[in-house]
Amino acid sequence: MAKIKTLDDLRRLRDSLRTDMNIRENSEHPDRVVQVRVAMSTCGITSGAKETMDFFVSELKKRQINAVVTQTGCMSYCYAEPTVEITLPGQHPVVFGNVANKKADELIERYIKKGELVDGIIPINHIEVDQNNRRI
Amino acid sequence: MAVIKYDILVCGGTGCRASESHRLVENLNKELILHNLEKEVKVVTTGCFGFCEKGPIVKIIPDNTFYTQVSPWDANEIIEEHIIKGRKIERLLYVDPTSQLGIDDSKHMDFYKKQLRIALRNCGFINPENIEESISRNGYAALAKVLEHMTPETVIDEIKRSGLRGRGGGGFPTGLKWDIARKNVSDIKYVVCNADEGDPGAFMDRSILEGDPHAVIEAMAICGYCTGANHGLIYIRAEYPLAIKRLRIAIDQAREYGLLGDNILDSGFGFDVELRYGAGAFVCGEETALIHSMEGKRGEPTVKPPFPAEKGYRNKPTNVNNVETFANIPVILLKGAEWFSSIGTEKSKGTKVFALAGKINNVGLIEVPMGTTLREVIFDIGGGIKGGKKFKGVQTGGPSGGCLTEKHLDIPIDFDNLIAAGSMMGSGGLIVMDEDDCMVAMSKFFLEFTVEESCGKCAPCRIGNKRLHEILHRITEGKSSRAELATLKNLCMVIKDTSLCGLGQTSPNPILSTMENFLDEYNDHVDNHKCAAGRCKSLLKYYIDREECIGCTACARACPVNAIVGEKKQLHAINQQICIKCGACMDKCKFNAIVLS
Repeated sequence: MAKIKTLDDLRRLRDSLRTDMNIRENSEHPDRVVQVRVAMSTCGITSGAKETMDFFVSELKKRQINAVVTQTGCMSYCYAEPTVEITLPGQHPVVFGNVANKKADELIERYIKKGELVDGIIPINHIEVDQNNRRI
Repeated sequence: MAVIKYDILVCGGTGCRASESHRLVENLNKELILHNLEKEVKVVTTGCFGFCEKGPIVKIIPDNTFYTQVSPWDANEIIEEHIIKGRKIERLLYVDPTSQLGIDDSKHMDFYKKQLRIALRNCGFINPENIEESISRNGYAALAKVLEHMTPETVIDEIKRSGLRGRGGGGFPTGLKWDIARKNVSDIKYVVCNADEGDPGAFMDRSILEGDPHAVIEAMAICGYCTGANHGLIYIRAEYPLAIKRLRIAIDQAREYGLLGDNILDSGFGFDVELRYGAGAFVCGEETALIHSMEGKRGEPTVKPPFPAEKGYRNKPTNVNNVETFANIPVILLKGAEWFSSIGTEKSKGTKVFALAGKINNVGLIEVPMGTTLREVIFDIGGGIKGGKKFKGVQTGGPSGGCLTEKHLDIPIDFDNLIAAGSMMGSGGLIVMDEDDCMVAMSKFFLEFTVEESCGKCAPCRIGNKRLHEILHRITEGKSSRAELATLKNLCMVIKDTSLCGLGQTSPNPILSTMENFLDEYNDHVDNHKCAAGRCKSLLKYYIDREECIGCTACARACPVNAIVGEKKQLHAINQQICIKCGACMDKCKFNAIVLS
């Protein structure tokens, strides 16, 4: 029995399968989508970074926002874990501290969707930190 | 609810499988289960990434980390370090040859920067054994569009306007070919996919079939719709077992999903595909020989006309296209002829896949827009010549093509420019040669291949190529003359003009192009019995350096034919009449007293 009988069947199937491939499609052009990097060091994980990352991955998918969620090592803001760095397309990265699920929800709704800056930004020059953090 | 956070793409092409990438996949899956991550991380076996030099390749999504030469025993480290702790594994990263720094993102690799992947769009991206991954990447969307909105004439018109030319080597306009097949009236017609890739050093068709078989099946169905054929046949060599396996899976899945068979997508149009295996004869890449082979006859070509479009398989109109040509079709129909024809040069549109082989750093598979120069392909993408040696020549188009040199490096590659330069596009094999390669020996190698592969039907090819090979052999032995060089050239022209099919018509090309570009080298062999590259063994002589020899007798004892004479602690000498030039003495001598000239 053929699974796809009409053109609409094919289109429906394609659209339903697309979300599974989004992770690969988006990573082809990370600069065109929202990039979320979760600091996942030991202190980050104990503070709940894993839950934060899960939340971002599943919620962004649920709310149909094209995004790439990756993890990174220690961002060196141990006092403010879990820390998350969000880069909107064409903008500089911004680091937020103490991002638990509630904060993450606010970040998605206000910063990612509307571009409003919310409390909790860690005001340190991102580039400098990144350079200092080269791991060998 | 667990959601997939990572995709680990592992190359499952023939090259990387030979380095045990399938065992790496097994180990990665085991590690994932061990760490309870199997619901968050998906391991995907894909087609060829193209970077075969450093296989097996692993790419981690979404951070685009590109690991090279990954062994099955690296699985544990990848999961524990990269996936769990988020630390990249430096030792597996690709190291940029100029900066000597590890590059963690494939977007920043020179190898990928200049490429434009159309035919290879899904290779190294999807799992070729899963039709759903293909569908999610617009697989079969072009077929759907064609069946819903377009008449065969408009499709053919679109292909014509795109300027797509056959990628198998000839460069015949694809739209025109389809149009001719369409106009021939018959109750039964056939669509044939030519997957008989025979050039030494070419593996683009295999990689497309291994990495994205659905693209080819979809394009064949579109071609069937346009030409009025309901039967598709893929002629593939039996020595491509992985490609055959993936094609079988793809065909079964397409049937299961109703994308092959009767009444596809409720359009009334039916199409099905079967496989036909070739035994690996080079001549069967020629379309008439291919058709005879499929009919169960000897794989011998016949005179054209009649062209297969009039009388092909079982005397019915048959449209034969190459794998890469088919792989371009769905994209053209989805993105439009204007988009496709905006890429490339005036008369050659789109991109071309090349297989880089020989003395080049990045051996692998690349796709670049037509009009890219050889210099960009060899030095920017290919990473230059192995071991920092000097570039000497590049053989394009396999044994049918010609050898291009330094002065040709800056011509934009397309069908017409290569022919003007005395070579041809062929299927797209590029064999790079450095200063250590002898051009006479290289021509001899290709002639050896042609002699072996000649079907024997017509005399110029059967007898003439054999004579060419004999003359070349005499030149490399130092037993030829200037007069014979003239005979060689003359015979080349005769074979070119009088052979029945493409094999004979192009087999002298390597000789003609090397005589054109490296005549000095031929003369040197003939006049001075010298091979500057040191490749022609018969022309080499081993000597013992009077200053360096201390008379230790090590060389004399190593010589298998007792050609070295001399007393203990006395100067030794080599009897050139007996010497078989094996080089055993040179390996044994600790004082560098044996010299080769």
